[in-house]
Amino acid sequence: MSFLNRVWRNILYVNVCKRSQVSQKRQANNNLLSLVARMIKKIGAVLLICVLIRILTGCGDPVVWNNPHPTSESGQNILYSVFTERPKHLDPVQSYSSNEIQFTAQIYQPPLQYHYLKRPFTLIPSTAVDLPKVTHYDSNDQPMSDGATSDDIAYTQYEVSIKPGIFYQPHPAFAKSAQGDWLYHQLNDQDLAMVYKLSDFAIMNTRELTAHDYVYQIKRLAHPRLHSPIYGLMADYIVGLRDYAAELRNAERSLEGGAFLDLRKYFLGGVEVIDDYTYYIRIRGKYPQFIYWLAMPFFSPIPWEADLFYSQKGLVEKNITLDWYPVGTGPYMLTENNPNLRMVLEKNPNFYGEFYPEEGMPDDLENGLLNDAGKAIPFIDKIVYVREREGIPRWNKFLQGYYDASGIGSDSFDQAVQLVGQGEATVTDEMMVQGIRLETTVAVSTFYMGFNMLDPMVGGTSEKNRESARKLRQAISIAVDYEEFISIFANGRGLPAHGPIAPGVSGYRSGKAGMNPVVYEWVDGEAKRKSLQVARRLLAEAGYPNGIDRKTGSPLTLYFDVVARSTEDRSMLDWMRKQFQKLNIQLVVRSTDYNRFQDKIRKGNAQIFEWGWHADYPDPENFLFLLYGPQRKANNSSGSSANNAANYENAEYDRLFEQMKDMEDGIPRQQIIDRMVDILRHDSPWLWGYHPKDYGLYHAWFNNVKPNRISNNNMKYYRIDPLLREQKRREWNAPVLWPIMLVFLSAIGGLWPAVRAFRRHEKSAAIKSDMSPLI
Amino acid sequence: MLTYIVRRILYAIPILIGVNLITFMLFFVVNTPDDMARMQLGVKYVTPEAIEKWKIERGYDKPLVLNENKDGWRKFTETIFFEKSIAMFIFDFGQSDDGRDIGFEIKSRMLPSLAIALPVFVLGLMVYITCALIMVFFRATYIDFWGVVLCVALMSISGLFYIIAGQFLMSKLWHLVPISGFGAGLDVIKFLVLPVIIGVVSSAGANIRWYRTIFLEEMGKEYVRTARAKGLGEHLVLFRHVLKNALIPILTGAVVVVPLLFLGSLIVESFFGVPGLGSYTIDAINSQDFAVVRAMVFLGSVLYIVGLILTDVSYTFVDPRIRLR
Repeated sequence: MSFLNRVWRNILYVNVCKRSQVSQKRQANNNLLSLVARMIKKIGAVLLICVLIRILTGCGDPVVWNNPHPTSESGQNILYSVFTERPKHLDPVQSYSSNEIQFTAQIYQPPLQYHYLKRPFTLIPSTAVDLPKVTHYDSNDQPMSDGATSDDIAYTQYEVSIKPGIFYQPHPAFAKSAQGDWLYHQLNDQDLAMVYKLSDFAIMNTRELTAHDYVYQIKRLAHPRLHSPIYGLMADYIVGLRDYAAELRNAERSLEGGAFLDLRKYFLGGVEVIDDYTYYIRIRGKYPQFIYWLAMPFFSPIPWEADLFYSQKGLVEKNITLDWYPVGTGPYMLTENNPNLRMVLEKNPNFYGEFYPEEGMPDDLENGLLNDAGKAIPFIDKIVYVREREGIPRWNKFLQGYYDASGIGSDSFDQAVQLVGQGEATVTDEMMVQGIRLETTVAVSTFYMGFNMLDPMVGGTSEKNRESARKLRQAISIAVDYEEFISIFANGRGLPAHGPIAPGVSGYRSGKAGMNPVVYEWVDGEAKRKSLQVARRLLAEAGYPNGIDRKTGSPLTLYFDVVARSTEDRSMLDWMRKQFQKLNIQLVVRSTDYNRFQDKIRKGNAQIFEWGWHADYPDPENFLFLLYGPQRKANNSSGSSANNAANYENAEYDRLFEQMKDMEDGIPRQQIIDRMVDILRHDSPWLWGYHPKDYGLYHAWFNNVKPNRISNNNMKYYRIDPLLREQKRREWNAPVLWPIMLVFLSAIGGLWPAVRAFRRHEKSAAIKSDMSPLI
Repeated sequence: MLTYIVRRILYAIPILIGVNLITFMLFFVVNTPDDMARMQLGVKYVTPEAIEKWKIERGYDKPLVLNENKDGWRKFTETIFFEKSIAMFIFDFGQSDDGRDIGFEIKSRMLPSLAIALPVFVLGLMVYITCALIMVFFRATYIDFWGVVLCVALMSISGLFYIIAGQFLMSKLWHLVPISGFGAGLDVIKFLVLPVIIGVVSSAGANIRWYRTIFLEEMGKEYVRTARAKGLGEHLVLFRHVLKNALIPILTGAVVVVPLLFLGSLIVESFFGVPGLGSYTIDAINSQDFAVVRAMVFLGSVLYIVGLILTDVSYTFVDPRIRLR
């Protein structure tokens, strides 16, 4: 910075010098001033030259100039991450999308969580002492033995015991006076005059987590003022939840708008506290997947004090709500919430007692993922999420070391990743020099192209039609080359799907056993897409030889409904047309916006469409239900909560699904799943598309990364080396100063002739001597 | 003058109603309240009951502009249009569709927008006028010629290019300033350098040419010849006389945008990660938040009208012949 000071001083000297020149003209007889001005001018010129030489030689201040983070944070144990879209909800009863859960999962603690390193995903206790004790009851409310069949089970009870000694983050809702009165539960305008954010409250306190808080949160699922996305689903299962919601609606009518609705006063039969550390949830029938929901933020604890505190009108008017300022027991707490700029999580001082896992998968030891085994977590003191809407700044800041990790956009893919050997992805040499490493994982998702089974052409109306439509779908499944699609449009980041179930989920089969025999054949130890001849034969059998409708003699035309595309996606649609063209089928793209698209799907008006699904939990039921008959979207009373967009119905499949969904993982369940997947492959209601692969880049100072898209509370396991980061940042971001000098010199060089011309003009005579005067 | 201003404010009311009506129509042509509810509630597991509940809570369960089930005035007053519009005329913008107070958001985002827009405006005005005067001073010389060529070149380049090129050179290649972001207190200066430079340079071509044309027109007037005849130097003629007399067209273009500076720039704020009102509007459009879109369009209209009134008032300060009645 001393350099800047000198430049500034130098500019001042020049200004002084100019001023003193004017002074000299006005006070021509002041010789002393004139002399001083000349001296200053000379000294200034010398100084300027020195500064120029210093800049040109590049000996600038070693401190980086382009650091977007506050200088005071340099060298601190802070993780820098990004978010592109501001989260809408941070209240765990409402937040569901991934951009919200990345925050709430670090703050709130549901009773269960996923093991960080083990695969397939394994549930382990979080605040719970152990996995819930599951008891089945018959219709007479009598406990049943383990071997009871699903049909006999009337209720299932999950009894959860939580660990004592867990405390909430410091929060004003818990603050009490010396006399034991709540300090901030009855705030008036005067109290709130100087309050603009949560940290403006002077006193904070904590209290121990109890089972009451978990029960309180489950009751909040039915709160009339909250919109929990899983209320409809849970009301079908949790005993009494629907009646409880009706009771709350009635109770709310008697309250003034927005007043605190104390859920403790209303009894919910299906959820009860046994003692301060134990509660149970009772659900209808048997729903083994319910246990996965207990690892999601929806089932996190909420203290009634916080609910009351945030319901105060004055705070709501200042946007201080539970939806904006979470209060949890997790490893981090939200200390700055400016979702337009940045959101900051800091270590919860009351969090302790959790340790890095000591066991994982065989590769984990080799990959250094067990180096911190048994150490207390979290390792990182603070996580700063910066809002970055645009990809270019985000990517460049990562390369400059200002973000610790980055995804890879299609624009920067070639710069970041190269394929070596047999298509194995690795970072490019440029990235390798910077110490950047690539971590990949197959997402528990699937992108597919669906056929509307209600459509006469691709779904069929009569038995004969259905058979012909099935062959048409099978032919298209062979013709649309998803291997090529992944290579061109996903930069190789995906696995061609052979069925609906994504890798990493029980029920998924790989290799020959997992091959889709309708589309592929096993050749030389790998699945190879069948030839177009097979597809053409199927097409002919369907009644469209060479793409011509045998009945009408006109070319077969199909309609593809997609969400309105940017110009970048046109090539993808062109590619899709060409795939259908292989069979001489004309594909008409009907592009629309997402709302209209959803509307078409709901009404069953689409013919062929593309969609995707990301699993809520790692169970095959969460994929296979997408083709379960009662889940069909069109003509379904449950409306948009249904998820069978293809409107597929198969009695045998539905029967097997009902059997499978209540079973524990094991060989019998796998056999049923295999049978179900075979039915689906045969009927081909979807082109199975692909399972996307997540690619992430991480700097050398970022440790303990094992990416996955199922568990979201991973921040507590990460560790960074801030000193290495600081060193690299300085190394990579030394300011280049010659351009400033170049601009400066160019300006002088360009203006100098102008100044000379100006002086000449001003000094020249108005009338030339050889000309006669005008007057 | 007061009568004139009051009259202009009264004229503004039907204009604002019209703007509001057009915004309303355009928005609901492409979105229905059901779409908005789905956007807010998410895609998975959303039931029709949840959508209906959301609409009732936010008053989107009523007809758009005409309520056939009501009588008299209530046909018009018990509609989404009336209920959502009337409060805005007392600047009560209500809550956004995700439940946050819009007025609070506007207040907190105004300053970041202004932090970029104001320096761009002031610096830009100084640079453009100075450059235009220099070109006029050296009219019909190589400086003027190449100046105009440069201006045309600057005008021909897309604004987005300036942003991307500026970020690439200044931050990525030379590491002189952060590529994007925003800070608190004095820390904000380092984030302003690049967007302000880009803001000034990207508009330089058109503005310099515009001011040059104004000054050249003034140069041909008789008072300029008189000033020269008095023996004034050319620089004094330009800065003391021409500049003053050219203020009317300058004010016409400049004062009207002063109130709009609060609204920020949609693209610049998005690319530089500035949490201002420009990015607020973009976010609202993307998330189909009608409450925010409507509020921002209304605010923009009001500020534009204020700008026009201020422009008229400013004429009276620079030209004593003008009287507002």
